[in-house]
Amino acid sequence: MARLHPNGPRPTQITAGRIGLYAFLFIAALFFLLPLYTMVVTSLKTMSEIRLGQIFSLPQTLDFSAWATAWSGACMGTTCVGIRTGFWNSVAITVPSVALSVFVGAVNGYALSLWRPRWANVLFGLLMAGGLIPYQIFLYPMVRAMANVSLYNSLAGIILVHVIFGLPLVTLLFRNYFVSVPEELCKAARVDGAGFWRIFFEIMLPIAVPMVVVVSMLQFTGIWNDFLLGLVFAGRDNLPMTVQLNNIVNTTMGERNYNVNMAATILTAIVPLAIYFLSGRWFVRGIAAGAVKG
Amino acid sequence: MPIKRKPHLSATFALLPTWFVAVVVFIGTMAWSIRLSFTNSTLFPSSTYVGFTQYVKLFYSAKWLASLQNVLIFGVLYVAGCLLLGFLLAAALDRKIRFESAFRTIFLYPYAMSFVVTGLIWQWMLNPTLGIQASVRSLGWETFVLDWVVNRDMAIYALVLAGVWQGAGLVMVIALAGMRGIEAEQWKAARIDGIPVWRIYVSIILPQLGPALAAAGMLLAMGVIKTYDIVVAMTNGGPGNSTEVPAKFIMDNLFGRQNLGLATAGATVLVLGVITAVAPFRYAIYMRNRAKGAA
Repeated sequence: MARLHPNGPRPTQITAGRIGLYAFLFIAALFFLLPLYTMVVTSLKTMSEIRLGQIFSLPQTLDFSAWATAWSGACMGTTCVGIRTGFWNSVAITVPSVALSVFVGAVNGYALSLWRPRWANVLFGLLMAGGLIPYQIFLYPMVRAMANVSLYNSLAGIILVHVIFGLPLVTLLFRNYFVSVPEELCKAARVDGAGFWRIFFEIMLPIAVPMVVVVSMLQFTGIWNDFLLGLVFAGRDNLPMTVQLNNIVNTTMGERNYNVNMAATILTAIVPLAIYFLSGRWFVRGIAAGAVKG
Repeated sequence: MPIKRKPHLSATFALLPTWFVAVVVFIGTMAWSIRLSFTNSTLFPSSTYVGFTQYVKLFYSAKWLASLQNVLIFGVLYVAGCLLLGFLLAAALDRKIRFESAFRTIFLYPYAMSFVVTGLIWQWMLNPTLGIQASVRSLGWETFVLDWVVNRDMAIYALVLAGVWQGAGLVMVIALAGMRGIEAEQWKAARIDGIPVWRIYVSIILPQLGPALAAAGMLLAMGVIKTYDIVVAMTNGGPGNSTEVPAKFIMDNLFGRQNLGLATAGATVLVLGVITAVAPFRYAIYMRNRAKGAA
């Protein structure tokens, strides 16, 4: 058994405890992976194979037709155009929302931590309190107000809503980042005659690139995964992918096409999953930074 | 010290949009909603004040009471489940094991997915006719039952299962980061004293992770109050009222049943719930910081 650790620094002895430890980890890994596995194999089966009731069996033949249907032919009620419109809607919503909220958040964090204008702490406190409040209490008046300025049920409207509700977290993260920047940097630049915006664009933003990446990823997954705001504010033509996915799966008449449903589910999950797998450490940093609010 | 000379017009100007959001969007709309909760508004806002009638109606509504009970059961089990499983996973990963980063990736990936996706996956896994139940039965265990999503008494636990599957990784990441911050000296000292490993985790590591775990628990608890997507995707509140939650009750009355007064009363209660849940924590942190500042 020692061969298992050929070049480890300190060969650990194989004890009952060690075996139990690995058994626990493998069972846990199974628990976490099983749903993903099930989703993938189901999407590759035909409906007649699914009806056999063997949810964990491998597909007899690889059948990608469910994926094609999910992408461009699955039905939501009576319209059968697949989830691709939702995909492009989500892209159109998420990309500008992330860019805008990161920019506004960076400016906020910079102004709040390095310039501290009058009432800065009050503003910060209000924002943080706003971030804790459940959305439900804002929704109706926001719908009415946005309808008044013709932003309700529009792409611009849903982007604005995402930027607004992202502000507390994004501002917090940038503020905490800029607080650790030495104030002398800012002072020296001011002595040299640089103003608020010049210091921001030429000194602070370049310093904050790591935070920009972390926040962008956090916001991207958050906004891509949003359901509630998209449902309320986006309007029928701009419904994001999560809302369309739920419509495909939960409002179908007649027999449910589980293979198509699972293919559509994977397609919806694939973007945040790709971000997660490609940039694991950054994602973890984002979570850690977001979690240490208190 | 902040730079103090003349008033910083640019900085003030740059913060104006955020002031607008904080004052008009957050405070303004909240005040509007609270005002509506004291009127008899149905489809359209009305300005006929009816006192606490909507609140009385709310707490006579079987659906609302059921949703409060459900969110309480779900919340306690979900937060406790995530904390427990997350801590165990972190402790296991902390034992100098092989393939640590692969395990970590596996335990955290569900957290990257949306609640809608999570709900739909588990709805399918727990499907009584074609899901796990059918598979196990075909292996020969004919009486095996796993019908949680369609069983009134068990549906809420199906939500807990899916929720813990999604959220445990978050706690693991936070707890593991905390464990890595604990000095090796403490480990050595405890090992020399012959304290068993599990005892070290319970009596030495756990207390030091307190603040980190509390932060993670807070984060999860805030999510509990907002629980909506996962319910809509997985059970849509059913069977019966068995998985109705307050956030969904409010959404249904706001946009489906055109019952503005009742919905805003529910939302107000929800906000009060958040404030009572958060205030003690904030107060504790505030006092601790003050104590630190004085010392």
